[in-house]
Amino acid sequence: MVIYEFLINAISLGCLYALMALGLVIIYGILKMVNFAYGELIMFAGYMLYLVGSFTNLPWILVALAAVLGAVIVSYLTEIVAFRQVRTKSLTALLITSFAVSTLLQNAALLTISPRAKAVILPPIFSTTVSVFGLNIAMRHILTIGVSIAMFIGLTLLFRYTVLGIALRAAADNFRMTRMLGVPADLVISSAFILSGMIAGVCALFWIGRTASVTPTIGLGPLLIAFIATVIGGMSSLLGAAVGGFAYGLIFTMIGVLLPQVLLDYREAFMFLIVMLILIFRPEGLVRAKHTQERVG
Amino acid sequence: MNAARFLNRLSSYSTLIILAVPLLVVTALTDLLANYLVLRILTAFFVSLIVVLGMQLFMGNSGILAWAHVGFMGIGAYVSALCSMTPTMKKIAIPQVYPFLLQLHMPFWAAILMGALLAAVIAALVSYPLMRLSDAAGAISSFALLIIINSVLVHWDRVTNGPRTLFGIDERTTIWIAAACAILVMILAYIFKESSLGLRLRASRADAYAASAVGINIPLVRYFSFIISAAIAGFGGGLYAHYITSFTPNAFYLVETFNVLAMLVVGGTLGISGAVVGAAVVTIAREGVRALENSLNLNHVFPFDVIGLTEVFLATILIISLILRPEGIMGGREFRWHPKKAGKEAGPETPAAEQEQ
Repeated sequence: MVIYEFLINAISLGCLYALMALGLVIIYGILKMVNFAYGELIMFAGYMLYLVGSFTNLPWILVALAAVLGAVIVSYLTEIVAFRQVRTKSLTALLITSFAVSTLLQNAALLTISPRAKAVILPPIFSTTVSVFGLNIAMRHILTIGVSIAMFIGLTLLFRYTVLGIALRAAADNFRMTRMLGVPADLVISSAFILSGMIAGVCALFWIGRTASVTPTIGLGPLLIAFIATVIGGMSSLLGAAVGGFAYGLIFTMIGVLLPQVLLDYREAFMFLIVMLILIFRPEGLVRAKHTQERVG
Repeated sequence: MNAARFLNRLSSYSTLIILAVPLLVVTALTDLLANYLVLRILTAFFVSLIVVLGMQLFMGNSGILAWAHVGFMGIGAYVSALCSMTPTMKKIAIPQVYPFLLQLHMPFWAAILMGALLAAVIAALVSYPLMRLSDAAGAISSFALLIIINSVLVHWDRVTNGPRTLFGIDERTTIWIAAACAILVMILAYIFKESSLGLRLRASRADAYAASAVGINIPLVRYFSFIISAAIAGFGGGLYAHYITSFTPNAFYLVETFNVLAMLVVGGTLGISGAVVGAAVVTIAREGVRALENSLNLNHVFPFDVIGLTEVFLATILIISLILRPEGIMGGREFRWHPKKAGKEAGPETPAAEQEQ
């Protein structure tokens, strides 16, 4: 019985990681940029949960919607204010910009809210358990799995059947060609940031749902997880992100079991060692893209 | 004839003179006139400048975003601190320290050089495979290296005292030591840039394919340069340790990386002058806002403590500078004095050649 409960916990974490990775991949695919500010989107959504949840009497679902919307708006704003301006410059400039945006948002939270953790009000559904076939399963896990799968299906449909989705995929394959065929670059990139913000917002609900509090630096954890997951899975497709998310969960757990007690503290170091090894020996990750090329401005 | 040759030589070293003289003058004036606070700020500036120059040496000449240098700075800081602390002090500061480390005790300069050396050795051991990567993969892998170094510093209780503060290091980095070291590193970075190795590295940045075609072994050139730049970062770390006297592993992580990157990028990554100008501009801006922040807090202008204003301001400056002048204030040029514009010896080494990219 315990093994099944453990399995469901693992699947729910894997889904969450996969979703996090997906938000990072959508932007990476097009701009070839790791968005360091991605974690701060999760932080922002967390603070929206705290602010809207604590100071209004709205039902929680509306609070959650406001949080997701907040992350979307911030993601979009970072795109038009910062990333759009440096997009055509070097990749180094883009990466440093995203690092600067991340620092800016993090310290803005420090400045305007508080360096201390703020408690987030969660609906009872996050702390109840249900009994399914004699198993005690936390509702939280079921919600995480359900919402993640729904998001994955929705995004797959979007990418496969809508004009926007096709444009996004085309831009990820060959951005210059896509532009030449008449797809407006700004529109595609803005949409990618909006989608990324939406995914970050949804991730925030479940990530913060685990601890029920939010701090200015809460984004670093999810960012690093998404970062590792995308490198493992492959940075060019939806499937890669999903595989990477689950692979991350699996490898992280395995390292925990396999490492001797003395080295257990260095788990994170080992994860990043794996990242480096993958970049060296299999830079395209587990899921190879059909078409890859160097970045163009 | 002779005079012309002398002037020409003077011109090619004029960058260093133009940069070093004001720094020395400011140091002397500060030492004579200014108060303790300004002295500390200027010392910190020189220490940061060393790390920025170390980063510039690799990043500016190779074009690869280098995240890991602050990690090497951390290695230099910890190693030099462990080498220079007395066994008695070490026993108090790091209760669980390995016995062989406890007995280690050497003079200040030897300790600093050990820090630089160990940073170089670690760079030499881990970095070769990474040098094949450029673009996104290069940036991601050096970021991963930074996180690995931080993780080891945070968790290796028996060497670093874990995430807790390491204290009890002698304050040995005076303003003159810091200034002299910074100028020394500046000269080194300049010589490197003009050296054969530096030229090959710059060629690999300007056009990797053409550089390979003329027989440059790009990974190897990058590798040697990376080791040198890690050593400089480690050297800066050692001086930092003996300036600040107590620190935690997180002093060498993302916040400091942001600081150093901001200095380098605002000034311009492509040259020594850019590193110096950037470090100066960012230090002045940061200290200005920090003073404002402190006075706001001291006078209770707001009912809450103002925290993070400095970083918000710096990040904004950095973003604006990336938008308006992505190649930095200096834009890849060096300060240079040209003896005679009309001179017949308008050698091939005019700054125009510097403006690749």
